[in-house]
Amino acid sequence: MNCWIITKNNKPLNLKDVPVIPISELRENLIKKIKNHLRVIAFFGKKELEQIKLYIILADDINSDILISSSIFNKNDKYPAITPQIPSLHKFEREFYEEFGIEPIGHPWLKPIRYSKDRFDKSQKIENYPFFVMDGTEIHEVAVGPVHAGIIEPGHFRFMCNGEKIYDLEIQLGYQHRNIEQLFLKNQKFSLHLAESIVGDTVIGHSLAYSNAIEALLNLEISKKAALIRIIALEFERIAVHIGDLSAIFNDIAYIMGNAVFGATRTLVINTLLEITGSRFGRGLIKAGGVSFDIDSEMAKKLENMLAKITKDVERMTETMFSSASVLSRLEKTGTLNKEKAFELGIVGMAARASGIGLDARIDHPCEVYKNLNLTKIIKESGDVYARTSIRCKEIFQSAEIIRILLSEIAGYEDEQLLFKINSSLNPNNIVVSIVEGWRGEIVHTVITDNKGELSRYKIKDPSFNNWFGLAVAVRNNGISDFPLCNKSFNLSYCGNDL
Amino acid sequence: MFDTLKSRIYQGNQAIPDIKKAEIHQKFRGFPVLKQELCQNCAECEKICPTGAIKLNPLSIDMGKCIFCGDCENICTDGAIKLSNFHKFSSTNRNNLIITSGMSIDDFNVKAIETNDKIKKILGRSLKLRQVSAGGCNGCEMELNACSNVNFDMGRFGIDFVASPRHADGIVITGPITENMAYALEDVYKAIPDPKIIILAGACAISGGIFQESNTINRSFLEKNNVDLYIPGCPIHPLTFINGVLSFLSQN
Repeated sequence: MNCWIITKNNKPLNLKDVPVIPISELRENLIKKIKNHLRVIAFFGKKELEQIKLYIILADDINSDILISSSIFNKNDKYPAITPQIPSLHKFEREFYEEFGIEPIGHPWLKPIRYSKDRFDKSQKIENYPFFVMDGTEIHEVAVGPVHAGIIEPGHFRFMCNGEKIYDLEIQLGYQHRNIEQLFLKNQKFSLHLAESIVGDTVIGHSLAYSNAIEALLNLEISKKAALIRIIALEFERIAVHIGDLSAIFNDIAYIMGNAVFGATRTLVINTLLEITGSRFGRGLIKAGGVSFDIDSEMAKKLENMLAKITKDVERMTETMFSSASVLSRLEKTGTLNKEKAFELGIVGMAARASGIGLDARIDHPCEVYKNLNLTKIIKESGDVYARTSIRCKEIFQSAEIIRILLSEIAGYEDEQLLFKINSSLNPNNIVVSIVEGWRGEIVHTVITDNKGELSRYKIKDPSFNNWFGLAVAVRNNGISDFPLCNKSFNLSYCGNDL
Repeated sequence: MFDTLKSRIYQGNQAIPDIKKAEIHQKFRGFPVLKQELCQNCAECEKICPTGAIKLNPLSIDMGKCIFCGDCENICTDGAIKLSNFHKFSSTNRNNLIITSGMSIDDFNVKAIETNDKIKKILGRSLKLRQVSAGGCNGCEMELNACSNVNFDMGRFGIDFVASPRHADGIVITGPITENMAYALEDVYKAIPDPKIIILAGACAISGGIFQESNTINRSFLEKNNVDLYIPGCPIHPLTFINGVLSFLSQN
């Protein structure tokens, strides 16, 4: 019997077509698949009466396929952990264990992920996280957080140092846990607004993943114009955040000129987004069924002018700073995550591309609009802060180019309707996987409906979930004073992990 | 170095010259203007509001709950609800955030901010704030960061965010206050020397916002302590924040 059923991004399946395989068999098959360069993009449980159903979803990036399978567990079941063979699964298995208590035997790092409200073992408290401890007279511990020096979300960092040098960093998260996946089920009418607040810096990315999934479950096709506006907004978000990140990176190396110039450039970008959508982050733009704001020819002209200005500004500034030896010496060979490590840990998105791994859902699992664009992946090999900085610069230009092409296309669809009204209910007993390449990396929303066509499981995977461990590994053997710089170069989301 | 100087000259002066008079683009969804006389009591707005901010008979919107999504404005065929682009709507009193029919931004601002002479005397010329994110989605946090950038440049008024609560005169809270963060929040507040103020920034902090029905929020901190300033928004706009704090310090 075939272990997997194959589908595509945003193609719903009937739940009864998803194979149910005993875990021992599925485990062997999964390991084989991953050795064949498939990746796990979702691995989560769902309560079904007294039993627990584990869904495993793989991405085949070469053929743009998505593979789904499942397995049934009884309460207090155990299974041999997959992590020892496939390290990139370690967080997924920890999450599944935390929520349902199905123990992966032999898991090397079975610690809580986020102290979820619905965790099976309520005696575990966030104050008592079991930190890794190193012994030795030369070793000292540095504890930072959950409240940090700047205006950032909370998380706790525990460093094991020898003098300035970091031997080990352990990152403990969970402070932002709002149980948002449960809220999706509780408040289905308002789930779009929830999707916008999963991660406030990726409003467009997450609301797009949500809307794509819902439209797939409604068998609804939005107008071409609405599809174009959505991708324009997504690329806008990428430009805005990348510029903001450049600003923050240069603040951390005390290159104040870069900080100020990129800060001002970002303001221009997000204020333009406000002129389209009424919100500096694009809230309210994307709705299930289309978009609620138009980009007319006048606005298109304005956007083109703005793009010309910001690409010029960014080009000017990057040239100036990358020719400065003092800037380069802080960025190069700092916080290096090499290709092997990045691959082993399952790093995704921009951080993966900076380490030489060509993952980009815009190309690997494209929607209609991206299919016609012939994009190329921007890849750097060095995996250091410099790579993550210069990849941002390059992606700003790439996104600007994409927006220009789409703006010229949009003129041909002037009369199309922006937003379709939704009257029907979702397909009952369906499962759909929706992948969107946000600025950080792939956002994966998996939606399951019950027999009445209501949501019965909403699983979110933000790219931060994959990448936090990458940061912890990248800072090893760096000076502790370079930690903020390394952190900023990844710029991961706390609430994207904590949900 | 010459390149750097050239860039500096090319950039010119980016700061908004007069923060108090600055206006936001008309597309911005801000202060709601309500007209009871046009309302037909269809209750569609009440049903569509994701945070339960709208009440009927008489028509009112609670800006402390409102996430300014604009859904009510779009569904109201009678034109009874309009979101204007006015952005100065902070208040020292929670009840003042409830907007009723016929209330204009000027009516609102007459009684919105009650200044405290003691605060004004001690903190009026220099206010150092410590920010704590307690479940915030990073939207309000990014906007608070933006307050200090070259455009908004809040530092020119002597208002800054500081790294340590020991250096702070007050706390700015964002997010609905999650259970996992409740203890750390109390700790930060305790570490701030008296006199100290509490500012709630954003719909989540003021009322729980879109997360008010989450079973993981613990708002007991707000029951124990007195809040000095409420700044609505989702996320808050930097101009709303800066002007709110300035009015609170009666620098206008």
